Amino acid sequence: MRRLLAMIVKESWALLRDPKARIVLIMPPLLQLFIFTFATTLDVRNVDIGVLDRSSGVHSSELVSQIAGSPNFRHIIRLESSADLKRAIDRQEVIAALVIEQDFDRDVAAHRPATVGIVLDGRRSNAAQIVAGYIGRVTAGIGADPTIEDTEGGTIVTNWFNPSLDYIWFTLPSLIAIVVSVAGLSITSQSVARERELGTFDQLLVSPMRIHEILIGKMVPPLLAGLFNATLYLIVATLVFGVPFTGSLFLLYPALIIYIIALIGVGMLVSSISQTQQQAFLGSFLATVPLILLSGYASPIDNMPGWLQVVTYANPARYFLIIVQGQFLKAMPMGAVFDQLWPLALIAIVTLSASAWLFRARME
Amino acid sequence: MTMPAIRFDRRRLTALMAKEAAQIVRDPSTFLIALVFPLVLLFLFGYAVSLDTSRTRIALVLEDSSAPALALSQSFINSPYFDVTVARSVRDVRSKMVDGSVRAMIVIPQDFGRMAKLGRLPNIQVATDGSQPNTASFAAAYADGVFQSWAAAEGLGARAPAVTTSPRFWYNPALRSRFFLIPGSIAIVMTMIGTLLTALVVAREWERGTMEALMATPVSMAEFIVSKVIPYFILALASMALCTAIAVGPFGLPFRGSVLALLAISAAFLMPALGLGLFISSATKNQFVASQIALLAAFLPTFLLSGFLFEISSMPRWIQLITYAVPARYLIPSLQTVFLVGDIWPLILPNIAIMLAFGLGFFLLSFRVTRRSLD
Repeated sequence: MRRLLAMIVKESWALLRDPKARIVLIMPPLLQLFIFTFATTLDVRNVDIGVLDRSSGVHSSELVSQIAGSPNFRHIIRLESSADLKRAIDRQEVIAALVIEQDFDRDVAAHRPATVGIVLDGRRSNAAQIVAGYIGRVTAGIGADPTIEDTEGGTIVTNWFNPSLDYIWFTLPSLIAIVVSVAGLSITSQSVARERELGTFDQLLVSPMRIHEILIGKMVPPLLAGLFNATLYLIVATLVFGVPFTGSLFLLYPALIIYIIALIGVGMLVSSISQTQQQAFLGSFLATVPLILLSGYASPIDNMPGWLQVVTYANPARYFLIIVQGQFLKAMPMGAVFDQLWPLALIAIVTLSASAWLFRARME
Repeated sequence: MTMPAIRFDRRRLTALMAKEAAQIVRDPSTFLIALVFPLVLLFLFGYAVSLDTSRTRIALVLEDSSAPALALSQSFINSPYFDVTVARSVRDVRSKMVDGSVRAMIVIPQDFGRMAKLGRLPNIQVATDGSQPNTASFAAAYADGVFQSWAAAEGLGARAPAVTTSPRFWYNPALRSRFFLIPGSIAIVMTMIGTLLTALVVAREWERGTMEALMATPVSMAEFIVSKVIPYFILALASMALCTAIAVGPFGLPFRGSVLALLAISAAFLMPALGLGLFISSATKNQFVASQIALLAAFLPTFLLSGFLFEISSMPRWIQLITYAVPARYLIPSLQTVFLVGDIWPLILPNIAIMLAFGLGFFLLSFRVTRRSLD
């Protein structure tokens, strides 16, 4: 026990004494927090729209001025011909162009159904689809008879857990899972690899320390860093950005600790197979990318092909993402948390024992 | 110690480059970044990250068992956009919404059949899981679509809007998100090799003191920089070629531009990428710090601030200003254009010019930092 305590003290000092490491602990997470929060929006705003108006009547002008008035669009660029339109799209001067054909005004005036063509830039197909939706909403209001009251039924939509579908309510809780994974993986693999490169790891191995004591000691810095980053994000998310926290900290923190331990296991595996700091860094980086992309944050797991969905069951971030989103927005009860927790614990046990075995094999 | 700034000797340069090339070939981390990383990234962006939503899991709560209600529920079950489980009451679904096993719930209320028989448009209720805003708005829109087309077929009160739109998506008519994600991931691969790998390798030379040893030889500054840059330049281009082959082959991306344009764009981008890598390593002289700064200054901006995943025009103005300093911002539209549209030189050439200007700036900076550190 005394040996273990000494190891923990030594590891904590190694983390906190180095000013560079301290900066790396605080600056990147804060920068990421602000860039992610402000840059990752799926709205489309301030885009330029081209208009090729071959009808030039009252209704087509009304349509164009409605489009111009939409807060999502910045400039309306008048196009004179099809060649003009192609040039504007090809050079990305506009993301979309309206094509109003000659008979548009006649059709609207005669209450015949009229169609407006939209040409969109498929290079940005995601944003283009959103723009098509915005334009569709504007055109649906054109020529509608305002005297007919809409008293009939229809679809009544309510959004649970996030009534106005605020994207930040999704981003910030998910970011906790991501920033902790970056800290957990890179700090673990770095601290082992540096000792290896300096040769002090062999000194540790020949000391009276047992392998599991060394490993537990090595778990302390990433655990502290992960808890620190997660707490920082939790505070900023709730106090600065007003994301509701409806769950319980007594469920979130134990889950967080188990998640970090699972990540440490992955980091230990990476460092047990790398010889230098550089390999450890690149290896942990190579592990972080699929960890994030297969977590359900970048895109829903349901969208992936079936065989890849199976692969995601081995990803610790998958489980913690559900827990952290549930604790923030859904007041997720203990039973549902536990369903995600035991696979996480299993991953931790498997990766940690595998790396202990690998270290021991190296010693002999 | 003084070092001649600009002087080239072919034999010395060849020897230096041979040494660098031998190091690249021998180092397993090069293999990791130049071969394994591109394959993993392309694979993930080709298969894992899909913004084309497929079937959303929903629960259908039937509070009414009249013929119209059953007909509508059949339309939901037949819809290719939904994977439907039928439930008896809202209460049964609540816990499934909480644990995420369904993403939306559709309620067909009690008086649905009665309203439909009176020839009036009934109500349906859609409750979505707002914790996933994208899937939520998708599910609501498609549920409304299924309901509206059912109502139109039944001749119930649905008024067709007077003006409809017919969108056509040029260059990507099937709206495959892969078409813009793969060119973006090629940009990330080149950033990794150009900036991160170069920064790491040169920082290691500083850390181990081999850089000072090199400086004591008659090698000139320009020779030194060229010998460092050319091998990684070639490595990055080779990796880019590999990615392009995979993109056009297994992933079925079109390639409508010319190889010449692709090469010109990539070569121009590698100037700022390599320049930044050299600058970071000379300024930090420490592998760990260099790697962290390279991640923050190159990898993260290429991912988030280049227009790859998120529209720049939608960002707050101060972030938009930062994006002008991200070289990948000029690379990604050019790459997407060469793959999907063709050689649109009026779009490509200005981007190339800006990237070259950034490259020149970074090289001058690292030139200065390296010289100063010798005094």
